[in-house]
Amino acid sequence: MAGVIARRARKQRALRWAVLIVLGVFFLLPLAAMVEFSTRDPGTWPLLADWPKLSATYPDLADGIVASLLQAALTALLMLLLLVPTAVWVRLRLPRLRRFVEFLCLLPLTIPAIVLVVGLAPVYAWVTYFLGGSSVTLVFAYTVLVLPYAYRAIDAGLSAIDVRTLAEAARSMGAGWATVMGRVVLPNIRSAVLSAAFLTVALVLGEYTIASLLNRTNLQVAIAFLGKSSATMSVAVSLTALVLAFVLLLLLSLFGRASSPASPTASKEPAA
Amino acid sequence: MAEVVAAAPQRVAARPRLRGTALLGTLPFFAYVTIFLIIPTLVVVIGAFADDNGGATLDNIEALGNQYILDAFGRSIALSAISALAGAVLGAVLAYALATAAPNGLLRRAVTAAAGVLAQFGGVTLAFAFLATIGLSGFVTVFLQDHGIDIYSGGVWLFELPGLTLVYTYFQIPLMVIVFLPALDGLRPQWREAAESLGGTTWHYWTRVAGPLLGPAFLGSALLLFANAFSAYATAAALVSQGNPIVPLQIRSALTSEVVLGQANVGKAMALGMVIVVSVVMGLYTLLQRRTAKWLG
Repeated sequence: MAGVIARRARKQRALRWAVLIVLGVFFLLPLAAMVEFSTRDPGTWPLLADWPKLSATYPDLADGIVASLLQAALTALLMLLLLVPTAVWVRLRLPRLRRFVEFLCLLPLTIPAIVLVVGLAPVYAWVTYFLGGSSVTLVFAYTVLVLPYAYRAIDAGLSAIDVRTLAEAARSMGAGWATVMGRVVLPNIRSAVLSAAFLTVALVLGEYTIASLLNRTNLQVAIAFLGKSSATMSVAVSLTALVLAFVLLLLLSLFGRASSPASPTASKEPAA
Repeated sequence: MAEVVAAAPQRVAARPRLRGTALLGTLPFFAYVTIFLIIPTLVVVIGAFADDNGGATLDNIEALGNQYILDAFGRSIALSAISALAGAVLGAVLAYALATAAPNGLLRRAVTAAAGVLAQFGGVTLAFAFLATIGLSGFVTVFLQDHGIDIYSGGVWLFELPGLTLVYTYFQIPLMVIVFLPALDGLRPQWREAAESLGGTTWHYWTRVAGPLLGPAFLGSALLLFANAFSAYATAAALVSQGNPIVPLQIRSALTSEVVLGQANVGKAMALGMVIVVSVVMGLYTLLQRRTAKWLG
């Protein structure tokens, strides 16, 4: 029996490495090709690192980068402002609505972005009328887009702590709702909030569909536009954006791992 | 009855008397979701059944029967199905390779983290990655040309359906790893030992025990991959240079081009068609997921 298991383990190890090497080549080849392609013109990377020169040479790209960073930050902020108080409030006061709120939050999963754009076009006619045609207004659409992912992260965070007891304890000691939110609940779901924010930033940095079809700009729109004139530069920017998203999501997975064994004790910590 | 009344005063704190004020707290959320999610959805659904003047009509739905739209749906479904199948099979093999590795080992952690990133890696960036790889002056294309192999001897297929399938597979495999690995982890070694102690071979174990257990999970994951590919737009928009072979690109042209009179809402009908396909697929996925949870949860 032991011989069989040892033989199987050996076979599994051989299979494991064969699979990993073949698929590893498939996945790393495009990344290596991007590095090779973007270094064909030696001026590309120095230019990308030199912001004033970059924004003078490729003003559209610079606009796109600034727009994307702004959109990512504001979407994360709006998402948290909208979702965290609502999720906590529904858990505390309106438990019957929880299923319905969950349904609404997960709804965008069944509506492809290209479909959402079709419906958003008339809504954005009004947004443009009231707030102007700035690219920052995309934040409204992006918040809907990230709703399923952000909701899952925050809901998981809230499930791990006893919100009701914490809130009642704080309330019985005279805390107002703002204090309950800001100083009791929020510190206890810090890692869930962080992961929701990271996911939001990663998704917004990669968004193209809505921005391009609503005639606004962001990083991806700028890359696609640049691809028509300077292929090397657009590949270099693509690679940078990819590495950035990579680092963000890697940090997220490390955070998630680091905090998950600690979460049972975290809820016992005095909340203050 | 008397006990219920007696118990009531203690529950006042837990159950607010004024449900209306409690509802007010959710007002910002519901208002926001109404404007930016419900109204756009209704615009699509109602628009699919409306003519240019706002009257009710079935013309848009009938227009879906046009050959070019049927072809686009056919190609979209073929592209999604093939890339989902390839992604599901290769992803399942990779997931199995990870499942046999040490559960907390560096290898497994690194690959699952990378899969999490690569599953999100779509859109324009991915299109450019493949242009740099197997584009006309791409790294691999040039390398192979130097060695006497022309991958485009039969025509440039990267910008057409075969190319799209290859590029889509790139984000399908990691997604499969993420959704299928938990099911593989649910397989208990005891089940294999039980099969062996009853005289079963490896073949018996896979066809009679593990196969039927993993079947629903595999099928469900493949459906999720299908929906993922079916909804994708950006990669195709950045890669396809000529024509609008798939539905999302048809919708783009309906949105951006000068609209033919009476055809203004055909785009909405196509959008509705997409939503229906994705909803059906996701519904089946949920059903299969529930079945999987019974044994491998």
